[in-house]
Amino acid sequence: MNKELLKQIITPSLLLGIFALVGVVVLSSVHSLTSHTIAQNEQTSLLKQLAEVVDEGSYNNDLLNDYTMLDGAALGSNYPVTVYRARQNGKPVTAIFVTSTPQGYSGTIKLVVGVRIDKSISGVRVAQHNETPGLGDKMELRKSDWVLSFNQTSLNNPQLSGWKVKKDGGEFDQFTGATITPRAIVHAVKEVLLWSTHAQQFDSIFQAPSEPAKVLDNG
Amino acid sequence: MADVDYRKITSNGLWTNNPGLVQLLGLCPLMAVTNNTINGLGLGIATILTLVFSSTGISIFRKMISDEIRLPVFVLIIAATVTAIELIMHAYFFELYHILGIFIPLIVTNCIIIGRAEAFAVKNSPPAAFWDALMMGIGFALVLIALGAMRELFAQGTLLDQAHLMFGESASGLTIHLIDDYKGFLLAALPPGAFIGLGLLLAIKNWIDLRYAEKAKQKKIQSNLSPQNA
Repeated sequence: MNKELLKQIITPSLLLGIFALVGVVVLSSVHSLTSHTIAQNEQTSLLKQLAEVVDEGSYNNDLLNDYTMLDGAALGSNYPVTVYRARQNGKPVTAIFVTSTPQGYSGTIKLVVGVRIDKSISGVRVAQHNETPGLGDKMELRKSDWVLSFNQTSLNNPQLSGWKVKKDGGEFDQFTGATITPRAIVHAVKEVLLWSTHAQQFDSIFQAPSEPAKVLDNG
Repeated sequence: MADVDYRKITSNGLWTNNPGLVQLLGLCPLMAVTNNTINGLGLGIATILTLVFSSTGISIFRKMISDEIRLPVFVLIIAATVTAIELIMHAYFFELYHILGIFIPLIVTNCIIIGRAEAFAVKNSPPAAFWDALMMGIGFALVLIALGAMRELFAQGTLLDQAHLMFGESASGLTIHLIDDYKGFLLAALPPGAFIGLGLLLAIKNWIDLRYAEKAKQKKIQSNLSPQNA
C-alpha cells in the first residue's frame, strides 16, 4: 500500500522533471542560436535611429560605443538621458540626446534629438510612444513629415518665445485634433536646446569618458 | 481512435467550431493586435506555429503523461514553444516583433492552445492532433486577418499596410490603397472598432449559418413533398 502510494507520487514527479529538463535544453539551445542575431538587430536598429538625426557623412566614429549618461531631470526627462557623441576625426560634431517626455497624451514619448555643436537641431525622431493612432501619431516620419520642421531650428530660430505650438502662440504646427502630443515634443526639444546653450555643460558631454559598451533595450 | 474524420476536423477548425468566432477563445490578442492586416497575419502565424508544435508534441507523449501531471506538462510544452517562437521572431522579424510585442508571450495564455491540448491532442494520434491544431490555428488566423483587414480598410482605406515588416522591403509594393485621399475613420483602429468589427464578423457567420440551415430545411420539405405530389 505504502509502496503503491510512493510509486504513484514518484513516477509522475520524475516524468514532470524530465519534461522540464527537456524544455530547458530546447530553450537554451534556441536562445544561444538566436541571441547573437538579436543583439545585432538591436544594435542595427539603434544605429539606424541615431544616424537619422545626424547630418550624413559628418562623423566617422563608432556612435554606438561613444556615449555618456546624463541625469534626466535637468532635461525635463523622466528617465536618465543617454547622449551619443558623433565626432569627425575626434572633433565633436553632434550630440544625440535619447531623451523622453512624460507629457504625452498617453504616457511617455521617447525622442532622439540631434544637436550640432553650433546648438542647432540636426534632426528629431520619435523612438517610442503610445499616442492615439491616427491623431497623435503624426510625429512619426512615415505618417507625416511634421518632425522634419525641427531641422535647422535653434533657440534663435525661432526665438525662445516661438518654441510653442501655434495654438499657444508659437511657431510649430499642431495636428488636427491633437495638440498635447506636439506640445510635449516641442517642449522636450526646447529643454534639450536650453540645456545645450550652457556651453560648459554642452562641451563637457564630449569630454566625459564613454560608458562601457552595451546595447540599450527597446530601441 | 483509428477512424479519425479529417474532413470533420477541417470543417470544425475553419468554420463550425472556429476558435475565434464560435468558441470565442483568445479574444484579448484577437482584438488588441488586429488594427491592421499585417499585425493580424503575424500573430496568426505565431499562433498556428504554437498550436501545431504543442499539440503534436503533447499527442506524441500522450501515453506517458499521466492524468495528475498533464496540466503542468501541457503548460510547460506550450510555454517552451512560445518562448522559442518569440526568440526566433525577435531574431528574424525584428520590427514585427516590436509591434506585436507583448502579445507573443501572451500566446501562452491563449485558451485555444491548452483547450486543444486537453480536448483533442491528448486523446488522439499525432497526425490527427497535428491536423486539428493546424485547422484550428488557420481558423483563428483567418479571423485575425479578416478583422485586421476590415479595421484597416475602414480606418485608413488601405490593405496590407506595412507589409515590409513581414516580407522585407521588396513587399512594400503590396500595400493597396483602395480609396485615394481617404480621410480616415479613427474609430475602427481604436479598441471600440475591434468590438464592433468582431460583432459584425459574428453576425455575418451566424447569418450565413442560418441561411444555410434554412435552405437545407426547405430542401428537406420539398423532397418530402415531392413524392406525394407525384
